[in-house]
Amino acid sequence: MSRIWHALTALLSHWRRKPLQLTALLGGLMIATALWSGVQALNAQARESYDRAARTLGGDAVPSLALPGGIEFDESVFVALRRAGWPVSPVLEGTIRLGETRMRILGIEPLTLPAAARMTGETSGPVDGALFEGFMAPPWRAFAHPDTVAALAGEEGLPPLTAQRDLAPTLLMMDIGAAQAMLDSPGRISRLLLDPGMSAPATPLAQATDLPLEWRETDTQGDLDRLTKSFHLNLTAFGLLAFLVGLFIVYSAIALAFEQRLPMLRTLRALGISARMLTGVLLVELLTLSLLAGIAGVVGGYVIAAALMPDVAASLDGLYGADVPGTLSLELSWWLAGIAISVLGAMGAAGYSLLKTYRMPPLASARRQAWRAAQRGWLRVQGALAVLLLIAAAVLMLFAEGLVAGFAGLAALLLGAALLLPPALALILRAGQGAARGPIAQWFWADAQQQLSGLSLALMALLLALGANIGVGTMVNGFRDTFTNWLDQRLVAEVYYNARSDEDAATIRAWALAQDDITALLPTLNATTRMDGLPVTVVGYTDHPTYRTSWPMVAIAPDAFDRVATGEAVFASEQLATRLSLSVGQTIEIDGWTATVAGIYPDYGNPKGQISAEITTIAKVFPTARRGGTGLRVAEGRTQAVISAMRERFDLGDNLIDQAALKGYSKGVFEDTFAVTAALNVLTMGVAGFALFMSLLTLSEMRLPQLAPLWAAGVTRRGLAGLELLKTLAMALFTALLAIPLGLAVAWCLVAVVNVQAFGWRLPFHLFPGQWAALVALAVLTAGLAALWPINSLRRMPPVRLVRVFTDER
Amino acid sequence: MLTIRTLAKAYPTPQGPLAVLRGLDLDVGAGQSLSLMGESGSGKSTLLHLVAGLDSADGGSIHVGETDITRLDDAGRAALRRQRIGLVFQQFNLIPSLTVAANLAFQARIAGRHDPAWQNTLADRLGLTDLQDRYPEQLSGGQQQRVAIGRTFAMRPDLILADEPTGNLDEESGDAVMHLALNLVAQTGCTFLMVTHSARLAGMLDRQVTLVQGRLA
Repeated sequence: MSRIWHALTALLSHWRRKPLQLTALLGGLMIATALWSGVQALNAQARESYDRAARTLGGDAVPSLALPGGIEFDESVFVALRRAGWPVSPVLEGTIRLGETRMRILGIEPLTLPAAARMTGETSGPVDGALFEGFMAPPWRAFAHPDTVAALAGEEGLPPLTAQRDLAPTLLMMDIGAAQAMLDSPGRISRLLLDPGMSAPATPLAQATDLPLEWRETDTQGDLDRLTKSFHLNLTAFGLLAFLVGLFIVYSAIALAFEQRLPMLRTLRALGISARMLTGVLLVELLTLSLLAGIAGVVGGYVIAAALMPDVAASLDGLYGADVPGTLSLELSWWLAGIAISVLGAMGAAGYSLLKTYRMPPLASARRQAWRAAQRGWLRVQGALAVLLLIAAAVLMLFAEGLVAGFAGLAALLLGAALLLPPALALILRAGQGAARGPIAQWFWADAQQQLSGLSLALMALLLALGANIGVGTMVNGFRDTFTNWLDQRLVAEVYYNARSDEDAATIRAWALAQDDITALLPTLNATTRMDGLPVTVVGYTDHPTYRTSWPMVAIAPDAFDRVATGEAVFASEQLATRLSLSVGQTIEIDGWTATVAGIYPDYGNPKGQISAEITTIAKVFPTARRGGTGLRVAEGRTQAVISAMRERFDLGDNLIDQAALKGYSKGVFEDTFAVTAALNVLTMGVAGFALFMSLLTLSEMRLPQLAPLWAAGVTRRGLAGLELLKTLAMALFTALLAIPLGLAVAWCLVAVVNVQAFGWRLPFHLFPGQWAALVALAVLTAGLAALWPINSLRRMPPVRLVRVFTDER
Repeated sequence: MLTIRTLAKAYPTPQGPLAVLRGLDLDVGAGQSLSLMGESGSGKSTLLHLVAGLDSADGGSIHVGETDITRLDDAGRAALRRQRIGLVFQQFNLIPSLTVAANLAFQARIAGRHDPAWQNTLADRLGLTDLQDRYPEQLSGGQQQRVAIGRTFAMRPDLILADEPTGNLDEESGDAVMHLALNLVAQTGCTFLMVTHSARLAGMLDRQVTLVQGRLA
């Protein structure tokens, strides 16, 4: 035991002399763990919210009766159905805003609630009296998640809140009477819950009520997990990328420490420490360091996740309508998993060095040159491996199907390109040396080649960060351009409104037709159906020049609008066309109605498939179709006047929207959606910069034998520092230039493979040379900043340290 | 103390195996000091490495006392070095991140026989008392070699193997180090085997042998 302790003390003493190397090791591991566990925290938090939302009122297990499109109906239907022997329970759902927070209100009727819809903590009896005390009568107590109870403390206009851990954090559950009052929907209900174990009532549904109620087997909230899968996969991919970049730093620090400690390891072997014990002691040392870094990294991950959580919550809300809280609450298992990933990452990064230690003969110094020769051989193997990975990436992207295959292709592309970087740079540097004239220039290129092995990992990290940045940036900028253009074309009507009832709709329509400022009314009808098992929204639109001139299409038949107007054809959204492999000219059947696909249109941001057809046709095919929003074309310069008049005359509230506000909101959702991606992009670049900085700093100590002869030959320390800086900048520049084709390949994969698999639409591929130039400049600047400290140290180095190179026997 | 029989060792080269030791026999008695001389490539250092268990022989046997090193595995050879064999290298091989005091104590500690009083005596005898808090890089070559010798004697080995211990020192420093080392050999009664190119230094030891093409001349 004492032997192990003394050997460990000797090994640890190395770090005291090389604190920067220790910082690189701990820092790299900490950053890797922090970014990985931060992303996992975001995913875990969101998934827990989906689960909670799906569990509310029994989730998928409890069927319900509702009108198509979720239109509210009168509570008299509930009474009629109960009288007809239907064991239904009414529910009213809606949202309210409390300051900046949007809360979902869920009104229930506890006395008739099916057993499967009860919350944890409720007894098996009809109603737990204690739990629901004060719930169905004043003070109209409501249930909410403990965090929500704490967050809403002191908020006026709310009933007293009781904490209930099973609820989603943005949900208030209350008696249906209280909910009707709070949502200003007296006597209305959204749906009727059914007991899943009920026997068929004697009176059929159609006889019990006139309303076209639909039997829903599943709750739409249960689909959130599937819908948001691609978003979380994207986050995970970024987290993994950052983790790998961090591990590059760790690998680099460990490999360097091994190189520098080689004489010490050899001495320890000579003094009687066996290879097995030495490896064991190194393992203990690594375990200790990785535990320390893991704990710090997990804390860092929590900080990162807490900072990004509001953006993630906004993205998920904007994209999928998913209620995710903007704050974090994490399980113990998350903390332990973070520390474990740090330890496993460190072990993985150190595996090769540990194996070398175990196999190292005591006379290792005699074979050092041979090891370097083996490194040159490894460069060839690395090149071959890179080519294989790039071939695999191409095969996966071009021929494999599915989101996971898309991301696997992306991973193979990034890894292959990273592995190919050192051989590619070696070729460039060799070409530079061949073209160089003069001794200093020749030394410059030759020395850069020698320095390459020490810097290659950091440069690979930089390449990955830049490639991901260019790829994601190209995708997001292309998406932004396309989306903005699409919004401009799609939202042509100046004003949109949605009447609260059919009576209101008729009144508003009559008024609008009488207004000179309003040049056209464009009502819509909505229905839902399924095609090949997929949920599809059917939209009926009014045939009008507005649509004929401005509706953007991906593909369209020559006489498409005329054919759709006659009711023989439809337009399909790109998502639906991709999922069902539809093309223009193809015949489809929708609920018994046969129509031809006359055009395919983009429908960004909509996770469901959509069919659009002429409104009177839809009214015939789907008699239960509900009234959708109506667009108003307004004479130029009269929009605000029309809005003001409508606000004054009708109670439309948030249901009256002007086009500019709608566009602004849509663009805001877009920017929120990619805010997290942008933040992770910046963090990955930061990690790569840190990797470069630590590599340069640690390498600078080993560079003296290469620099001292030049100094002795008459190059000043200032001149040497300038040459070193130039070399670093040149390497960063070459890496950044090589990152451009990589980034474009990544962008193509995201646009043409991942996006299509995840969302069902393909974006046009735009190039942004300005972004490349900015990133190349940023990479060179990062390298320059990273090199500043070591270069400055060299410039100010006392001559005695350079002299020692010639006198130091070691 | 040391009995070597028909020891053989060859190294692989692109041109085929290069035999360095070709059936070497050697006996060194307990407490005896012996110098090993020979031209470069004659096998001196290889012989020393094989005796120290740093490398493995292709054939023959090496007995340190009753123990045949050639039959030991890596852990066994490490234990033998730890407990019974002291090594002094031309390049000192101190642990750069430990102080002089920690370097002096290191091998005795891992052998489990650290004796602070003996260490102080050694430091005093080797002129290292005032340098104990320094790090190797703060010492001259001669001082570093004295620390390496002190580290070896601190664990009271049965056999000391020295590979050109003064090769990196000037004549005056080298002589001083040799005298100190031989005094300690005499005081502790250990066996001392030294590789050297210097006939003058070899003459300071009890016995001299010369290696020619892998065999004793």
